[in-house]
Amino acid sequence: MPFDFYVTVAVQGVLTGLVYGLMALGLSVIFGVVRVVNFAHGEFAVVAMYLAFLGFAIFGLDPILAMLPIGLGFFGLGYLLQRHLINPFVGRPEHEQFILLVGLAIVLVNGLLMLFGPDTRHANLPYGFDSYEVANVLIDKVRVYAAAAALVVAACLFAFFRWSRTGMAIRACADNLLGAAIVGLDVKHLYALTFGLGMACVGAAGALMVVLADATPMLAPAFTLLAFTIVIVGGMGSMAGALVGGILIGVSEAFASFLVAPSAKSMFSFAILIAILALRPQGLLGRKQ
Amino acid sequence: MTLKTSVSRRAVLAGAAAGSAALAAPAIVSAQAGTLRIGVLLPRSGLLAQAGQSCHRGALAAPRVLAELGYRVELVHVDTESNADIARTQAERLINDGAHVLTGAFDSGHTLAIAQVCEQRQVPFVVNIAAAPPITEQGLKFLVRNFQTGPQLVTNGLRLINNLIAATKIDPKRAVFLHANDTFGQAQRNAMDAIFPRTNMPFQLVESIAYDPRAQDLSVEVTRLRSLRPDLVLVVTRASDAIKLVRDMVRQRFEPMGIVSPGSPGMYDEEFYQALGPLADFHVSNLPWVNPKSAMTQALERSFAATNPGNRFAADGFNAGFTFEALLIAADAFKRAGTTSGVPLMEAIRATNLTEHVMIGGPIRFDEKGQNPNIGSACVQNRGRMPVVVLPEDSATMAPVLPMPGWQGRT
Repeated sequence: MPFDFYVTVAVQGVLTGLVYGLMALGLSVIFGVVRVVNFAHGEFAVVAMYLAFLGFAIFGLDPILAMLPIGLGFFGLGYLLQRHLINPFVGRPEHEQFILLVGLAIVLVNGLLMLFGPDTRHANLPYGFDSYEVANVLIDKVRVYAAAAALVVAACLFAFFRWSRTGMAIRACADNLLGAAIVGLDVKHLYALTFGLGMACVGAAGALMVVLADATPMLAPAFTLLAFTIVIVGGMGSMAGALVGGILIGVSEAFASFLVAPSAKSMFSFAILIAILALRPQGLLGRKQ
Repeated sequence: MTLKTSVSRRAVLAGAAAGSAALAAPAIVSAQAGTLRIGVLLPRSGLLAQAGQSCHRGALAAPRVLAELGYRVELVHVDTESNADIARTQAERLINDGAHVLTGAFDSGHTLAIAQVCEQRQVPFVVNIAAAPPITEQGLKFLVRNFQTGPQLVTNGLRLINNLIAATKIDPKRAVFLHANDTFGQAQRNAMDAIFPRTNMPFQLVESIAYDPRAQDLSVEVTRLRSLRPDLVLVVTRASDAIKLVRDMVRQRFEPMGIVSPGSPGMYDEEFYQALGPLADFHVSNLPWVNPKSAMTQALERSFAATNPGNRFAADGFNAGFTFEALLIAADAFKRAGTTSGVPLMEAIRATNLTEHVMIGGPIRFDEKGQNPNIGSACVQNRGRMPVVVLPEDSATMAPVLPMPGWQGRT
């Protein structure tokens, strides 16, 4: 088989994996700091997909640009959710957090079904059928744009946590909650900021997903599962791990489809998950607890 | 001990009312028996919603035509939500609510689930669309199918591909079979594996590829297709994955001579035309189709236009036509049987002999398994965003065009 087909598959896998990685990044940030597992993660991503679809259908707004207002809106929503709904559950038994967030997920999916019905919604972008050709390798234009946007958002988030004072304060909360509280940091506010940032990532990733996939409420559980797989593979709480995990899962799924059988690609994701859990339980870039 | 009995005026009135009701009961039963109550189970939401709604529009148009033909039916419409478990529980509910016959259910998995309920409750089930062979291979006594089996679809579909090659004078050497990995897709794959080697086709089937119809895109599948260099892509799809398939073919600039379905939905559905515009044209579906020359089809089309003013009969004809015929079979059997009782009604359904109907083919009759063997197939090509019969020649309204024009420059 010509080599360029393998390169095409690898490039497609990497590009899709970057968008997956951005989605998982939100989950990883929230878990890494707040220690709450957002079981409604995929549902929020699908809500963002519908918002991006509506932005395109009503205002002609490109979903890649729409990720900015959607990300900002999701940041605010996440902040409020953490302050008023989730904060009381922090530190409580994990099953109580689980019930709260799964309940929220059910409300979101059924709300979408009531509002939009079950049919798929697609944004027919003017460049939706275009592709780049580089040395016989064909790359979808939409995938390149979405991956580039995902990288930009991830880089902004890394820079925020690395160099801003608020980012450093959040990292302090993640490293030593008691110490952070003793030195006078407003932990509840920082937790809410963190949840907001995680939600902003989900919102941006959902908007980008509209250019890759058709929106339907049925996608939500698959997205949640995907984000969990990526975060566990990359390392719970590791931001770089989420991106690396996303790329690894994207590429493995693409090659499994290409070399084995398209219907068996999920099997490979879970095989990687099991291998990571067996050989390196903290994930590829995670730290031992 | 003394036992006193007394009869009040109120008791007398109550007794009189009860007596009158008992005397009137046969008349009520008789009135109910004058109308056949049919439960129509279709996947009107969920993964198969597009096709289910298309069938539903046929069911909405049916009562007017049936009334013109002297049949009296009452339809109860139920959504199976593209879920076999819901199909089963809704079938139970319909029977408990007094449905005399059930029809549906478009999807083979749903149909099998409903068939089990009907068999247990001895209620006739007339399948509108479902191709999996086991449906009529299990010896079910309360089921008939007025639709081709997967092997029939594939046999007729491949025969028409041969005719298409001859008519267009193309010379394909290689083909790839791409199919969804759901119940219907797997049944078609099994039929293709069994039948293709015996058909002496002029091209080689180099590979079969199964894909998940819930996949977000089919980009890798299309890369795999490109690597196999097929001249023809044979597909078993639904509308949503057929859209993804063409979209990724265009992005990857993959232009086979033709994309042909040897018997599946997807490429003649309204959703396909709406999503792809000019890119929806020139794809071919070989499958049973409505007979435009039948008077009953014309009556159905008129009723369809009145009941579904926002939809095109041409795009819904396949689904609407078979759904109408399922109702016609039930109504005609009821007229002959004169009862809604399950066993005699089922006997009448099995004795069906309808020469006037909607779909291309011979009289509607059922063999000992409950299968109608007389359904014909047509080669339908998308032209100007309309499904058009291009073969066989006696039914064709246009000549087939292959190789299909390139993706670029279409308007």
